[in-house]
Amino acid sequence: MSTVPRMVEVRQNVLKANDLLARELRERFEGAGVLVVSIVSTPGAGKTALLEYTLTRMRGDGLRVAALVGDLATENDARRLARSQAPVKQIVTGTICHLDADMVRRAIDDWTLEDIDVLFIENVGNLVCPSTYDLGESLRLVLMSVTEGEDKPLKYPTIFNTADVAVITKMDLADAVEFDLPSARQNIQAVRPGMTTMELSVKTGIGVEGYLEFLLSKLKHRVYV
Amino acid sequence: MASEEAARRGSSHVAAIHLKLGALSGVVKDALTFSFEIACQGTALEGSQLIIEDVPVTIQCSTCRAEHATNTIQDLRCPRCGGTETKVVRGKDLEVVAIELEEAEELVS
Repeated sequence: MSTVPRMVEVRQNVLKANDLLARELRERFEGAGVLVVSIVSTPGAGKTALLEYTLTRMRGDGLRVAALVGDLATENDARRLARSQAPVKQIVTGTICHLDADMVRRAIDDWTLEDIDVLFIENVGNLVCPSTYDLGESLRLVLMSVTEGEDKPLKYPTIFNTADVAVITKMDLADAVEFDLPSARQNIQAVRPGMTTMELSVKTGIGVEGYLEFLLSKLKHRVYV
Repeated sequence: MASEEAARRGSSHVAAIHLKLGALSGVVKDALTFSFEIACQGTALEGSQLIIEDVPVTIQCSTCRAEHATNTIQDLRCPRCGGTETKVVRGKDLEVVAIELEEAEELVS
């Protein structure tokens, strides 16, 4: 005997569990005065290079920095970042293509947040899935390198829309690959109107001072976006 | 979520799930539809229907105050005044709106 199905209203966000956890994390981070900056990009856009540079420079300035780094399989990134001598922890995600709030919560479990000024979270290289998962960060940077082409924002509008700052990396290669900067900027502004955008190269040092100053200003004012 | 809800309400089978899917949710409809059937196998949702309501992006412009529905997610500037201070007010949805439950068959004593 078949019955007529009964309609039941649910109205639940599918990612409610992650969102609640992310909110808890954000409150903990704010309570402890930690600026949490997450970094997303395609594989190979220069997340680890930028992060290694940032950790080294900030440590040199006497800031207490730490990093979590997500990767599918290897611990190579954590080893690279450890050269900065900052506390670094690798989150090996296995087959999962993004970090979620629970992975962050477990990773920071044995850290004293009050001892950290800036915590960086390097997401798995992927411009799709990380966009949906709030990690409790105060600032999300999306990186695109000049070798990827100017239309990256148009191809992945959602990740640009969830990020706060766009950073164009490997600017030292811009001429070689005939990178059209005005067009890239225009595409970023189309998908995320008003987005703060920076261009830099950690290899030559172009633009890095402005980028570091920007992060420091966020730290001083503890501006949570 | 749906099978928990079904169990809580004493139903053994979910006939359908009604989902709101925003254009900026970060979820690809085709991928979701494809994986839905596989994910349902062996659960209370086996054979259920996934009914998706697409939610286009609506932006609100802080310059001219108007709300605009857009048919693209590649240009979120205000279509009226070109303003760049826009806020996404709808279109990030990934929400289970309702589920359709089949009642557990009554026990014949």
